[in-house]
Amino acid sequence: MADRTLPIDGSLDLTPPREQEGTLLETLHSWVITVDHKKLGLMYMMLAIFFLLVAGAEVICIRIQLAWPDNHFLSPQVFNRLFTMHGTTMVFLVGIPLVFGFANYIVPLQLGARDMAFPRLNAFSFWMTAFGALLLYYSFIGGGGLYGLGNAPDVTWWAYAPLTARAFSPGHATDYWALALIVTGFGTLGGAINVIATVISMRCRGMTLMRMPLFAWLMLVDSGLLLVTITPLTAAQIMLVIDRYLGGRFFDTQAGGSAVLWFHFFWIFGHPEVYVLVFPAFAIASEVIPVFSRKAIFGYPAMVAASVGIAFVSLGVWAHHMFTVGMTSASNTFFVLSTMLVGIPTGIKIFNWLATMWGGKIRFATPMLFCTAFLFQFLAAGLTGIMLSVAPWNWQLHNSYFVIAHFHYVLVGAIVFNVFAGIYYWLPKATGRMMNEKLGKWHFWLFFIGFHITFDTMHFVGFQGMPRWIYTYSADRGWNHLNLVISVGGMIQAVAVLIFAYNLITSLFRGKIAGNDPWDAWTLEWSTSSPPPAYNFATDPVVQSRRPLWDLKHPEDPDWRYE
Amino acid sequence: MFPEWLRAGRVTGLAFTLAVFLSSHALAEGPQSTPSIFAPASTPAIDTYHLSLFVLQITGAIFVTVAGILLYVIIRFRARDDDDDREPAQVYGSNQVELAWTVIPVLIVVVLFLTTARLIFAIQDAPKPSAALEVTAVGHQFWWEFRYPRQGFVAANELHVPLSNTSHPSPTYLDLLSADVNHSFWVPQLAGKIDLIPNHPNDMWIDPLYPGLYVGQCAQFCGVQHAKMLLRVYVDTPEQFAAWASNQAKPGVQDPAVAAGRRVFETEACMNCHTVIGTAATGRFGPDLTHLMSRDTLASGAMLNTKENLRQWIKNPDSFKPGSLMPAMQLSNDQLDQVTAYLATLR
Amino acid sequence: MSAIPIVPGVNEQAWNLPSRGRVGMYCLIIGESAIFTIFVVAYVFYIGKSLYGPTPEQVLDVPIFNTICLLSSSVTIWLAERAIERNSIRTFGLWWAATIVLGLVFLTGTGIEWHRLIYHDGLTISTNLFGTTFYSLVGLHATHVVVGLSMLLLVLIFVFTGHVRQEHSERIQVLALYWHFVDAVWVIVFTVVYIVGR
Repeated sequence: MADRTLPIDGSLDLTPPREQEGTLLETLHSWVITVDHKKLGLMYMMLAIFFLLVAGAEVICIRIQLAWPDNHFLSPQVFNRLFTMHGTTMVFLVGIPLVFGFANYIVPLQLGARDMAFPRLNAFSFWMTAFGALLLYYSFIGGGGLYGLGNAPDVTWWAYAPLTARAFSPGHATDYWALALIVTGFGTLGGAINVIATVISMRCRGMTLMRMPLFAWLMLVDSGLLLVTITPLTAAQIMLVIDRYLGGRFFDTQAGGSAVLWFHFFWIFGHPEVYVLVFPAFAIASEVIPVFSRKAIFGYPAMVAASVGIAFVSLGVWAHHMFTVGMTSASNTFFVLSTMLVGIPTGIKIFNWLATMWGGKIRFATPMLFCTAFLFQFLAAGLTGIMLSVAPWNWQLHNSYFVIAHFHYVLVGAIVFNVFAGIYYWLPKATGRMMNEKLGKWHFWLFFIGFHITFDTMHFVGFQGMPRWIYTYSADRGWNHLNLVISVGGMIQAVAVLIFAYNLITSLFRGKIAGNDPWDAWTLEWSTSSPPPAYNFATDPVVQSRRPLWDLKHPEDPDWRYE
Repeated sequence: MFPEWLRAGRVTGLAFTLAVFLSSHALAEGPQSTPSIFAPASTPAIDTYHLSLFVLQITGAIFVTVAGILLYVIIRFRARDDDDDREPAQVYGSNQVELAWTVIPVLIVVVLFLTTARLIFAIQDAPKPSAALEVTAVGHQFWWEFRYPRQGFVAANELHVPLSNTSHPSPTYLDLLSADVNHSFWVPQLAGKIDLIPNHPNDMWIDPLYPGLYVGQCAQFCGVQHAKMLLRVYVDTPEQFAAWASNQAKPGVQDPAVAAGRRVFETEACMNCHTVIGTAATGRFGPDLTHLMSRDTLASGAMLNTKENLRQWIKNPDSFKPGSLMPAMQLSNDQLDQVTAYLATLR
Repeated sequence: MSAIPIVPGVNEQAWNLPSRGRVGMYCLIIGESAIFTIFVVAYVFYIGKSLYGPTPEQVLDVPIFNTICLLSSSVTIWLAERAIERNSIRTFGLWWAATIVLGLVFLTGTGIEWHRLIYHDGLTISTNLFGTTFYSLVGLHATHVVVGLSMLLLVLIFVFTGHVRQEHSERIQVLALYWHFVDAVWVIVFTVVYIVGR
């Protein structure tokens, strides 16, 4: 199937003028000054993958410390810094750049556009994110002087007031944390505005909203959600900075200020943020699953409605992170209901993906393997989410390792798995070379096994009463064996990620030439060359249906007849 | 096909529940060294446990059903080598099917929500019986203060409460306050956790049905030594509790044999942070030491309360609990011996 | 030559998408509204919760003149928008300059108010909860006025150098949207700070 030639030669034979071969310095310079959405997308991805490795190394240290009871591998101070940096890095320097990495690279191509709506804002947003990242990591040096391991922030990624007040967090570590998130926050805001404007205003002729690929839809909803969630975080960080630098009283409990107000502000951002991070996973699944099942996505309108529904409901569930802070029974009940309601559109999505696979001819190439595992793990994560929404049970499970297991099932089991799927799927488009399938399968199976060894076990150690954020525990608590298992699983995942990194790098030089459409797919990005020329499409495409390339390949039975 | 899936799902859900149940040592009654939430020993924890089993069954059934379908799809619809090159039939959606898998989850949510709401109100808005004991728990970096306002004494780190029983409940009501940052009171076998937040008083109650020692710890990150802010709750028989309480209400023992140690205690900085009733020491920053020797552990459960540990703790707190707010006082060896001997008399 | 087979009629259909500038500005306004919402919530939450004075009743005067100036600047900028659509750049420049003057008057008024509060009433950002929330909310708005004024000023300079033409009216309108937003936020800040909170 894959070798079938496409009758879209028009845009293909125009070989783009190869970039002027320059010195290394000139090449680097061209990347620094670029406003091309593809280069910026790749830079976002490189930033994200780099920090994925950094935060992964941090968590490996954490897992070594926790593998045995009363371990002395890390001091409590360093342990607290590492998990704070791990969380902050993964959310703000991996998760969000991944959103924009994929959105930047794929969305304009899928919409038949030549760039994002605001290319310069795009570059600005990327560099804000990158400099914010630098600021955060500079805290290791500047946070409190150059002794030992320096002084990175150690207040958890929630940074609950009043622990962040000057009285309890002297030095500058917390300032670096707050300022870095303000800076990346503006980058994120710019990116979100850009994606929305691109999707609304840059679609090619014929691509109505209801003909957009689901990927573009999800990125639109995702950016809309970011618009109203990253800004409250920025506002709260500004308040924190006012408190710390100008002696403000926002979260000063001695002056009548309220710590709980910070909890609310943080989770008004923090909970929708989880959906912000998981939407790219949905987006990737909604492209990969149909293509590898050889079927159109099942129930497209329902999928769109469910995405929008999840986004809306997610804005009203934040306080389910706060069942233990002593809200009234009525508020607790409200947030139980709203949280459980999220399960319904989420269920619709899972069922629709399943129905897409049903009756298909599923090709289990590496991207599809990751997406299938995603379905399985996302199902489990959703169900543990339902368990956590049961407030009385949440009083037990909250801040235990069960919660850690639950959200890593989402963040790793759903997001990281699908990000890998997305990279295996789209990298041939970006580089023109395929990644190695054999290494890809090794990567998948090792990661899958390591993931389950680690995170399945974590649920149980949570049931046994182990709280999060502790740098050690005594042997008589009976958590030692399970913790060792968790740590071993972590190492297996690390090996898998190294295989991935090796595969990624070698594929750039030795990978099989991909061609324009290696997966026999249906969306517009596969109609142009790999890698696409700077202007993406020689002529502006015109589309008739949700799957323009299907229409091309099957003129006898085009999609637009059924829409 | 659907009802069979559902029945199979429910059976497997039960099996799953059982596995969880066994893995968490849930079969014994009373206190355990592993504070499993599946070994409840107090009313709110027991009710929560029953609700959790119900939720586990429902979610387990859903998991088995959907994962089963997924597995079936993977096996049944995988592309085979001998396939022809034709694309499968394209199906774009089906309103009936989609309606079905919207309505069924809605029904499940309604059931789960109603059972949950019932228990929220039952626990949070439970009427307080007149026999209830009142204790004010104050979280500090990184230890617990327990005030018994009716009895008029203050204890630290080890909470003693009387045994209750179902026919004549004598629960303990905890008022939760914080002196600095946020903490969370969590003893899994007794009740779910509730946070201690400065400027935001909370309360919770426990109604323990089996005597013994229940362990737990702070469950909200509170700084460097969050990990060693451990909790010990002793559920005493009414007689034991009365004896303990009457001892706690007494002032500190005044033994002339250790007057030198007492002098060190009162002249060095110890008294700025610690209280010993009956002496000049009235500091509130650290734990009340009036009955230090009535406790089994030191430094909020960080180590056993032995004379060697106590001496080492005074000499260099960081050797047990690096980052704890107790400073190393740079006492001479003689002073250390004297003050340790003095503290050892405070029963 | 088109990549995708052309079905008769498709290319002739009208294909109008909203202008990206407008969409972008609306998005920015939504995001900014969320920032203001958080600050307004904090202000409302802390009304009457300060442990010590001064209180809003003691020190705040209703800035009526200021408010009139800022709100009327929305009218002048609207007149400027109309002028550039009709290609009368002179009228545009006049109304545009009037908008800037009104904005500056507003800022000066705020400056005088703050000076009095700080030096006469002793209310600073660290005095109490009222001080913290008042200066940060009003200050956040004033920051937006400053940003808006800088951009308006830039356009005015372009008017003087003759770089503003009728074809820029779309961009001018996008910028004016931001100014309208800054005015609208003042209505909310004014209501919360000077009416509800006093």
